Amino acid sequence: MATATKDGLESDIVKFISQCRKKEHPESYLIAVLHKVQEKYGYLSQDHMNEVAQRLQVPTSTVSGVATFYHFFRLRPRGKYAISVCLGTACFVKGADKVLNAFQTELGIEMGETTADGLFSLENTRCLGVCALAPVVTINDTVYSKVTANQVPELIRQVKSGKNVEG
Amino acid sequence: MGQAFDFYQILFDQHNHAYEASGEKDKIIIQVGAATCEIAAGADPVAREFEKLIQASGRKDILLKRVGCTGRCAREPVVGVFVPGGMPVKYEQVTLAKVQTIFQTHLQQGQPVAELMLDKKTGKFYEYVVILCSSGQCSPSGGKQLETKLRSRLHARGVDPQSIRLFHGGCMGLCPAGSKGKQRVMMVFPEKILYLFHNDQELDEIIDLQFARHQTAEKYITHADFITEQFFRLYGDVAFFNKQTRLTLRNSGLVDPESLSDYIRNKGYEALARVLDGDPGFVIDEITRSGLRGRGGGGFPTGVKWKNARTYSNDPIRYVVCNADEGDPGAFMDRSALEGDPYIIIEGMTIGGFAVGAQRGYLYVRAEYPLAIKRLEMAIENAGKHQLLGKNIMNSGFDFDLEIRLGAGAFVCGEETALMYSIEGKRGQPRIRPPYPTQAGLWGHPTVINNVETWANVPTIMLFGADWFSRLGTEKSKGTKVFALAGKVNNTGLVEVPMGTTLRDIIEDIGGGIPNGKQLKAIQTGGPSGGCIPASRIDTPVDYENLAAIGSIMGSGGMIVLDEDDCMVATAKFFLEFTQSESCGKCVPCREGTLRMLEILERITCGKGTHEDLDKLERLGRLIQKTSLCGLGQTAPNPVLSALENFREEFIQHIDEKRCAAHQCQQLIRYEIDAEKCVGCTLCARRCPVSCISGKAKEVHVIDQDKCIKCGECYNVCKFDAVMKN
Repeated sequence: MATATKDGLESDIVKFISQCRKKEHPESYLIAVLHKVQEKYGYLSQDHMNEVAQRLQVPTSTVSGVATFYHFFRLRPRGKYAISVCLGTACFVKGADKVLNAFQTELGIEMGETTADGLFSLENTRCLGVCALAPVVTINDTVYSKVTANQVPELIRQVKSGKNVEG
Repeated sequence: MGQAFDFYQILFDQHNHAYEASGEKDKIIIQVGAATCEIAAGADPVAREFEKLIQASGRKDILLKRVGCTGRCAREPVVGVFVPGGMPVKYEQVTLAKVQTIFQTHLQQGQPVAELMLDKKTGKFYEYVVILCSSGQCSPSGGKQLETKLRSRLHARGVDPQSIRLFHGGCMGLCPAGSKGKQRVMMVFPEKILYLFHNDQELDEIIDLQFARHQTAEKYITHADFITEQFFRLYGDVAFFNKQTRLTLRNSGLVDPESLSDYIRNKGYEALARVLDGDPGFVIDEITRSGLRGRGGGGFPTGVKWKNARTYSNDPIRYVVCNADEGDPGAFMDRSALEGDPYIIIEGMTIGGFAVGAQRGYLYVRAEYPLAIKRLEMAIENAGKHQLLGKNIMNSGFDFDLEIRLGAGAFVCGEETALMYSIEGKRGQPRIRPPYPTQAGLWGHPTVINNVETWANVPTIMLFGADWFSRLGTEKSKGTKVFALAGKVNNTGLVEVPMGTTLRDIIEDIGGGIPNGKQLKAIQTGGPSGGCIPASRIDTPVDYENLAAIGSIMGSGGMIVLDEDDCMVATAKFFLEFTQSESCGKCVPCREGTLRMLEILERITCGKGTHEDLDKLERLGRLIQKTSLCGLGQTAPNPVLSALENFREEFIQHIDEKRCAAHQCQQLIRYEIDAEKCVGCTLCARRCPVSCISGKAKEVHVIDQDKCIKCGECYNVCKFDAVMKN
């Protein structure tokens, strides 16, 4: 376990940033740094973004500009199980909208929200490139293929009971 | 040959010796796919199970190998069992239970399991499998004449034609230019021999020796270029594969993508070695002469782009970039290519770097492709260790380094100027061109940006020459194109065909047609920037010009098949929703225009549209095309405009009759209960979220249309098919 520095970011990220500072065009590594922060903490908090700005020596406005521009970056924490429904063309044609509806009904949340118990959050993605197995849903890093709306309640039960998915 | 080639020779010998010494050639190979889609289909546990069984059996003559994607997505996980000297057997949709059967029956008892084989419709075994080269370009009849001739001559020589399975295969790239149709080629399994013949007499001799006397007709043996032969030897006996011509995917499904050794033994890095001993100008000339055009969608001549970057200024710093930000929903060509054969992209970029005088290259990859990123990282590190990247590559004095930059989920970053800003760590908003990236690109220096597939073509062109490459394809579109075939088609997957192949060949012959006996309605190419091609145009040969002429574009290669159950208004709306949410917001036509178009489409799909709306859509669409800043906006109206042109009657049906014939627009569906079929089980009434279904137990139920929210729950739960969609 890496130790936290006094102002937040853990030492491996701090080290990565200082390595980037030594390279050509250090500011160009901003997106890479934000990826690392999100990977570690699950989302980009305001404090972490401020620290990135300071350590990488780029304006905070640039950091928040970049963080808000790219869909991949989350500014709020996600649930323990992040359910992502692919809404790419192939999935759409094969009924992904119905699958999404089923998740919304079953979990009682809308797209982009997290359940009150912090267990599930619902997101969409624009094509994972697994189109031949459409419609596709990912829960954390596990890919589920050919999902139908009817399977949704069972899938959620399975996840809750800790089967199939790494938390 | 120069220094680099000497370096290559030593490298090749090393890897080849190691391979020979390992005895792999004489072993039985079990191949299990290892791409994202195959893993999603369950390939990992299948591979582990084989490993366990091999160990338990104590057999040292069986080797398990993980390879990239063969492109046979709908049948994954696909497992190949290759016994030296035998038919190359492929099994489909392999489960753990099937692993047991395959191992016991095929590997232990030597009996291939017919009923588990890929695309095997009968349990029958054939003595021989023959693939006739029947490329549409050489034989307009598609090789039917030759087939008839072959069958009758077999019969005449006392060979039962039924003991031989005949396929018509795609071009194997054997014939010199100008010899079209004058010579013919066939490949014979299980021997995997390639015969070349010019006339009936020669054909007779081959039949006599090979099929009647079971000897080899040595005189007529020929060899295709190594890459084609390799592929056909393992996959040629399956119709899905033998119609294809694989150049950029030449190693996908053949080599272990994580093994540099595999790549080198399959002609990898030979092209780079030859190039480094020569002159950069020669490379640019060769690429220009080959007629290679950008595979990312635009179709700009690659050689011209390279020349511009090299000659525009004396700036000593230049860059090459690989655009692997495959954002089109429904496209997965680049992912498969990167996962299946990362080294070919790296070699291509190194050749490009040498040609344009760049010392550094960037691979801009979607963050959504973790496995592709991992394989690329591994490949870059490995290439560096072997002096194939970094300083003094292959002792040639040329320095070149590659770095991966991750995207972060912004479709607009596929646009080249936006992509450059993103590499620079900024918001990916496009800018006006000129200056073009070849003039002022990354950090103001000349930059060549090409798509994954374009780069993957480069080593092959430099290896076999521009003349060889330009034989494939049509007059203005050379080479092959990879398509990601998805949607309502039986064989969803990845296919690579020569330019000029018709949509019919791709969808019916390779794709296996539409499932469940439904009717083809349209083919969507080019993703959110493309258009919907109506079924009536299915005989259109696919190349840049032809697709543009019928209102679509080649795009990067997404091909979604739509059938009668798809509503074209809803499909157009889907694409516009996508571009609308991906619009970066910098220019007004794209930001506001697409939103207004979307609002109109929403009205129409809710049954509130008017005829005037259709005119507005057209006017607005054309305005956005003309006035948007970048390609995203300029092409965003395409799906709507092409749907309006080809399927206007569907829009009118939504407006006038308030009806969606495909039952896809929820607001236009009217759920009703069939009094004849309803048994009064009350299930629908209990499940209705707004309690709009009335009726007592064992009596016919009725839906209150005013209260119904059209959620479809009653339709889904009814066990007696009594709920109708109208």
